[in-house]
Amino acid sequence: MVPTWHYLLLSAALLTIGILGVLTRRNIIIILMSLELILNAVNINLVAFSRQWGDVSGQVFAIFIITVAAAEAAVGLGILIALFRNRDTVNADEIDLLKW
Amino acid sequence: MEQLIRQVMEDVGFIMPQIQLTLFACGILLMDFLLERRHKYLNAITALMGIGFSGFALWRVRGYERLAFNGLVVVDPFFIFFGFLFLLATALVILMSIKYLEVEAEQEGEYYALILFATVGMMFLAGGTDLITIFIGLELMALCFYLLAGFLRRDRRSNEAAIKYLLLGVFSTGILAYGFSLLYGVSGSTNIYRIADAVGQRGLDDPLVFVAMVAVAAGLFFKVAAVPFHQWAPDVYEGAPTPITAYVSVASKAAAFALLLRLFLIPLGPLRANWEDLVAVVAVATMTIGNLAALNQDNVKRLLAYSSIGHVGYILLGLVAGNETGRTGILVYLLAYAVMTLGAFAVITGMRRSNLIGDRLDDLRGLISKNPVPAVMMLVFLLSLTGIPPTVGFYGKYFIFLSLIETGHYFLVVFAALYVVVALYYYFRIVVMMFMQDAREPGRMTLSPGLTAALVITLLLTLIPGLYPEPMIALARFSILP
Repeated sequence: MVPTWHYLLLSAALLTIGILGVLTRRNIIIILMSLELILNAVNINLVAFSRQWGDVSGQVFAIFIITVAAAEAAVGLGILIALFRNRDTVNADEIDLLKW
Repeated sequence: MEQLIRQVMEDVGFIMPQIQLTLFACGILLMDFLLERRHKYLNAITALMGIGFSGFALWRVRGYERLAFNGLVVVDPFFIFFGFLFLLATALVILMSIKYLEVEAEQEGEYYALILFATVGMMFLAGGTDLITIFIGLELMALCFYLLAGFLRRDRRSNEAAIKYLLLGVFSTGILAYGFSLLYGVSGSTNIYRIADAVGQRGLDDPLVFVAMVAVAAGLFFKVAAVPFHQWAPDVYEGAPTPITAYVSVASKAAAFALLLRLFLIPLGPLRANWEDLVAVVAVATMTIGNLAALNQDNVKRLLAYSSIGHVGYILLGLVAGNETGRTGILVYLLAYAVMTLGAFAVITGMRRSNLIGDRLDDLRGLISKNPVPAVMMLVFLLSLTGIPPTVGFYGKYFIFLSLIETGHYFLVVFAALYVVVALYYYFRIVVMMFMQDAREPGRMTLSPGLTAALVITLLLTLIPGLYPEPMIALARFSILP
């Protein structure tokens, strides 16, 4: 059996890639993809711990997170389309009407 | 089997407030198809009825203190307190919205349905004792808020507020969920009481516990808009429709604080000595940035956004003190903050006319000569936000300061008191604009019945507990988490 910390390492790597993606990329669609990576890092954690403890609630949690991630993608793309219709851009740097 | 069914039937009674709201929200979505455009305001009335039914169901489970559905949700005075706070805020926001949506030509049933769904999410957030329930409640609330912030889909500022809220909101949820997954890994359970036991045994030396604490704290600070995770708040407040700005700044903040209190006091409770200093630093930084950045804002919604960041700092100080006075103070403060902020935003909502957005400081110029009654009401709300007696805002600050003195945090009291002076300055910029400048353009605000009702309710709730605070204090003291 693969020890749990291998999975933790994988998920930490995914989380780091996701956070870096959110912070450095300028295209909002790629930022949304990076956010999905963060949530999937959480899922790997949950399933690995679920196996370690022999407890099923981690897998239930993971399924809920997948569902929520789907809803979030739907809402996010919907808002993005509304934005794109008014502004003709999905570049985060050009969305700067609101600032002090 | 029979016993199980009986158990479930009994437990359903404890989530009846949420069920009522869900049914009414679905009802609105169906009814919306049948209504002609000029009758769309009936959706708002249906939503208010749903809130009434939900409040009745909530009233029936008051005084209980027990877990339901195998420890997924809890009904305790803390939950009841926040439940009523959410319902009050939601009702006031709906009253404010009716006319506003007319002016924006966006009177749609989905708006009211989304507001009710968000309230359901908040209630599960305040009453959840299991990480899964908490996560679903949080996301239900947050997803509805992203959509509501972008509800004026033809307005560029509204689009921009929604996308910024969404990206930062999902990011913070991801970090929080990462913390949740590690808490699950530490304990092998998603129940927060069992997590508390496991965290207490392992202590902070375990790297998993440490990372979990940092991730959960960062996620929660994002949700309540504490420094250094506050940047989303001003943008969202400025761009969102004004009633939704009020809703985000009151209800979502109260819900996030309910979650923050429950998580910090129960699963992370054993680590109190470790997070106390962290929260104190965040609180001081939050007060500093919020109050100083509010000084030179020209947009009233943005000014109130920064001031609300300042208020978050005060509320966090109550958690630093952490004794009974402090926890009572947090609840009193949240209640006071809710009514006075909703009142102030109700006045700003009233400013919206077909030719005027009404959220710039300049738009309030000379309000006293054109609309004396709303101007005086705004003065009362601003006095309350500053924390001057005899308004309800004074008692919020009073309890927080008292708890800090009781626990010997004199340095923090000095800081907190200093920022009241700063707050006085920027709130009174609005007052000076309203009372001492001449009006430039003609045109008065016309108060719709809904908005008038919202203004009167918030004014009464700002003044009456300010003059006679005992019932409110007794209620808050009864509702704190042990």
